[in-house]
Amino acid sequence: MAGITIDRVTKTFGKAPALRDVSLEIREGEFMVLLGPSGCGKTTLLRTVAGLERVDSGRVRIGDRDVTDLAPRDRNIAMVFQSYAVFPHMTVEQNIGFGLRMKRRPKDEVRRRVADGAELLGLVPYLSRYPAQLSGGQRQRVAVARAVVMDAPVLLMDEPLSNLDALLRLQARADLKRLHNEVKRTTIYVTHDQVEAMSMGDRIAVMRDGIIVQVDAPMEIYDRPATQFVGSFIGSPPMNFLQGTIRDGTFSGDGFAFPVPQRPEGADGRPLLMGVRAEHLTLGGGDIPARVLVSEPLGSHALITAMVGTTPLKVQAPIQTVVRPDEQIHLGVQPSLVRWLDQATGEALP
Amino acid sequence: MDRPSPSPRYLLDRSLVYGLAVLLALWVVVPFYLIGVAAFSPRDAVFEYPKALVPTDLTAETMAFFVNSRGVIPSVINSLAVAAITITFALLLGAPAGYALARFRFPGRDGFQLAVLATKMFPISILSIPLAVTFLRLGLYDNLIGVALVHTAMALPFVILVTSGVFVAVSHELEEAAQTLGCTRLGAFRRVALPLALPGLAAAAIFTFVISWNEVFAATILTLRNRTLPAQVLSTLADSPLYYKFAGGFFMVVPAIIFIFFMRKYLLNLWGGK
Repeated sequence: MAGITIDRVTKTFGKAPALRDVSLEIREGEFMVLLGPSGCGKTTLLRTVAGLERVDSGRVRIGDRDVTDLAPRDRNIAMVFQSYAVFPHMTVEQNIGFGLRMKRRPKDEVRRRVADGAELLGLVPYLSRYPAQLSGGQRQRVAVARAVVMDAPVLLMDEPLSNLDALLRLQARADLKRLHNEVKRTTIYVTHDQVEAMSMGDRIAVMRDGIIVQVDAPMEIYDRPATQFVGSFIGSPPMNFLQGTIRDGTFSGDGFAFPVPQRPEGADGRPLLMGVRAEHLTLGGGDIPARVLVSEPLGSHALITAMVGTTPLKVQAPIQTVVRPDEQIHLGVQPSLVRWLDQATGEALP
Repeated sequence: MDRPSPSPRYLLDRSLVYGLAVLLALWVVVPFYLIGVAAFSPRDAVFEYPKALVPTDLTAETMAFFVNSRGVIPSVINSLAVAAITITFALLLGAPAGYALARFRFPGRDGFQLAVLATKMFPISILSIPLAVTFLRLGLYDNLIGVALVHTAMALPFVILVTSGVFVAVSHELEEAAQTLGCTRLGAFRRVALPLALPGLAAAAIFTFVISWNEVFAATILTLRNRTLPAQVLSTLADSPLYYKFAGGFFMVVPAIIFIFFMRKYLLNLWGGK
């Protein structure tokens, strides 16, 4: 078992910086999700831990071992690739046992652990098949089994579910989470899917442009995003942001003004963003005047779009809610659920 | 379910296309066929007129005459030896170059790729005299290694481009996966990339064989006594009877036909299949 320390790692491809001075501490047995839009550097960061990418500067430690200059095979890691990278010229059994054979484990141990891995991932009926005879979901499981049987303390996964169809992905997501609970390896999991990140991670590191913007538990990130980017990247619908300034206890902007009972220190007079989640806004009984634009019943709840001044806000309301377009309403929000951010930098006020 | 019958316009188009295809095929197939018929007919049949399009009495006698002619067997052995050396050299030099083109983005990569093709622009007839002089100086003249070196130079562009296509088709992630599973870079290549590339490499090898087997000009200029088969046939051509020429022609064309039959898939890939 081992934690992972990424210490001020920098990586540049040609002239484009992929990682800028990235530091991240991953605890032993933790499931860490690297989340961000494509091109944010999350896969590059994973590959520097795997040893498939050399860092320009900075150190990578696994446990108390500095692995920065070691080849992938010497790092004691196992990795699941986005394309699965299942060897097409080997059977499922040979694929799962490949790493163990490379480590020159005794034959009966290889056989036993391949059987265990196949059992764990539900691959027993397919052991003698070739990858071409498997479905996408089965191939994905072969790739996971091949990594898991290595018994490496660190498991790296690069968007392992992105090539599965939606239904299969739900199933595989639950399977992977169950697997992690059983084997408890230190895991780094790369994804651009915020639902995957929320549902699987012990913690999430949100990345953008080669920088880690925020590292925290999923609900912390969801409720208390560090920047406007995090708030709008995570959550569906994204967090609402309202531009304005606070003066004399009143928040006012383009076409609206309402009192705010609680406000952060030093907020008065400077351009602000008020961030609030759709499900934290309540219909009626509040101080925020709004006009209904459209109401979409979504089965479990209704999603209402309402204009506050010139800004559309998403409001999650009970499914029984009946509102008509152009109806004037009032929205309410608990002051503690509001996130105040600086308009210029997009960063949250302390 | 009855399908609506195709329009006359469509039928006309199709028959035009197929008619032209048949015409082109006949253009190539008929001479082959006549050579084959002549090679397996009695020697006198070559001089008969009008010729029977279907051979009346098949015999191996003419082929036996050709194969047993003076110098033919040794030159076949020479040809095979030259081809074997050429394949070895061309793959040892060409496959790593192809791998590098497929895997690495290095400065001058595009220029290198162009330069590889540019070597095909020099006609061997212009190069052969300076080559002969150089080989005389180096003691490589009339030597099978010398011929094989020239054939290697001729085959290399093909080998490099074919193998780079082959290695591009083998996903880099497979090699990376092998590395994370305990292989060195070289081990990952040997255990994963190489087995998957093997059919393509075999195609490149056979292609090289045919280039070497059929090459006549350099072989003729650069050898005197150690002739390869085409050089041997060429040098005796003027003084040979007609049926000898047919038998020799057939003997030389067969390996190429067999090659094309087995390697169609790879050749189509190479010539614009993707």
